[in-house]
Amino acid sequence: MSLIYPIKSLENYPKHLSPGYRSTIKRSPTKPLIVVPHTLSELTGPVYGHNAIEDGDNDLTTMGKGEPLGERIIVHGHVLDEDKRPVPEVLVELWQANACGRYVHVVDQHPAPLDPNFTGAGRALTDKNGYYKFITIKPGAYPWGNHHNAWRPNHIHFSLFGHSFLSRLVTQMYFPGDYLFPFDPIFNSVTDEKARNRMIATFDLENTVPEWALCFRFDIVLRGREGTPMEEGAH
Amino acid sequence: MSELTPSQTVGPFYAYGLTPKGRAHWDPDGTYSWKETVGDNLVTPDASGEKIQIVGVIRDGDGAPIPDAMLEIWQADAQGRYAHPRDPRAPNASFKGFGRSACDKNGEFGFHTIKPGAVPGPDGKPQAPHVVVCIFSRGMLRQIYTRMYFPDENNEGDAILALVPADRRHTLIAKKEKDGVYRFDIRVQGGDETVFFEI
Repeated sequence: MSLIYPIKSLENYPKHLSPGYRSTIKRSPTKPLIVVPHTLSELTGPVYGHNAIEDGDNDLTTMGKGEPLGERIIVHGHVLDEDKRPVPEVLVELWQANACGRYVHVVDQHPAPLDPNFTGAGRALTDKNGYYKFITIKPGAYPWGNHHNAWRPNHIHFSLFGHSFLSRLVTQMYFPGDYLFPFDPIFNSVTDEKARNRMIATFDLENTVPEWALCFRFDIVLRGREGTPMEEGAH
Repeated sequence: MSELTPSQTVGPFYAYGLTPKGRAHWDPDGTYSWKETVGDNLVTPDASGEKIQIVGVIRDGDGAPIPDAMLEIWQADAQGRYAHPRDPRAPNASFKGFGRSACDKNGEFGFHTIKPGAVPGPDGKPQAPHVVVCIFSRGMLRQIYTRMYFPDENNEGDAILALVPADRRHTLIAKKEKDGVYRFDIRVQGGDETVFFEI
């Protein structure tokens, strides 16, 4: 048996057009997407090995000359498939704002300080148990132009590969209890509450390191599950 | 009941994390640096086949270029083999078949790659040579998939193209700009909207 990628599993993804997030209005397809069978072209995808990353790529606090400012945190978890089996050797890429809510990208003109010791990008590869770990700084909230007084909740961007090009995922990790949740159209573009909550990390006291860093757990579920022989033929 | 982690937009500031050496000028003063894992040049010295360039512009519903989009491509090698365990015909080169291009301020993207060969299709017949394209952008809450086919290949009988209404098929077929250069302009929305797939 091999993995299948049922489209039905995507029902809790955001809709392409989600007008509360204004930029979707001109950037979403208006004609119906065409459903096609999954061929070898879709059922394969880029494979990464340990040469994709180097030691230290997962520690965003040690890449500058000195330590970045802000609240040091650990973010870790497991990457799983739809059957909750670990997905090993997944390239996990992460990027985020600094503690003040500022990105190093030149287009970000939020008048908050940059931190010369913090770029905000990292990479990790999941181990044989699907486990990954980053050390970083808790990102700050920041304003954006979507509507009057719009602020993004604190979040970390994640990019992941999986068993195929269909399991490709770009998402955002949020922090528990954020008071900006009710006002953020990107977070609320996922209309199902349970699905939305799967983007929120949980505070992990057990793995918090005393006198050093708070820990957050963020498990990520990618497309792909075992199909019955009958399902494998029909998509 | 599937419990997928939902997709969210890549946002406007992905470049320093995902395409740090790409054409998005995120760091004009060279203050920061970050290594690149995936770039827009897929060609490896040991790869056989015709070296080609794929170029294009991505535009929104107003026809305006999208400067903060990112494209990824996935393709077979010149012999139509995928570098993946699900394809039993293991490639004999280090050609991976995967690339990533940021867009510049004019919404232009580009790749250097090898022209792919025909790959096995769902009905046992070969599919016409093609490249799978995956698009991310600010304003896209989830990625959109399309395919690029070649104007100088026989696309008749391709099982996927056959599912596309005949009057829209041309949006999936690149234009030959000159020898070795194929143009694949993408229209996310509007009159000549590119065909996107629900997969």
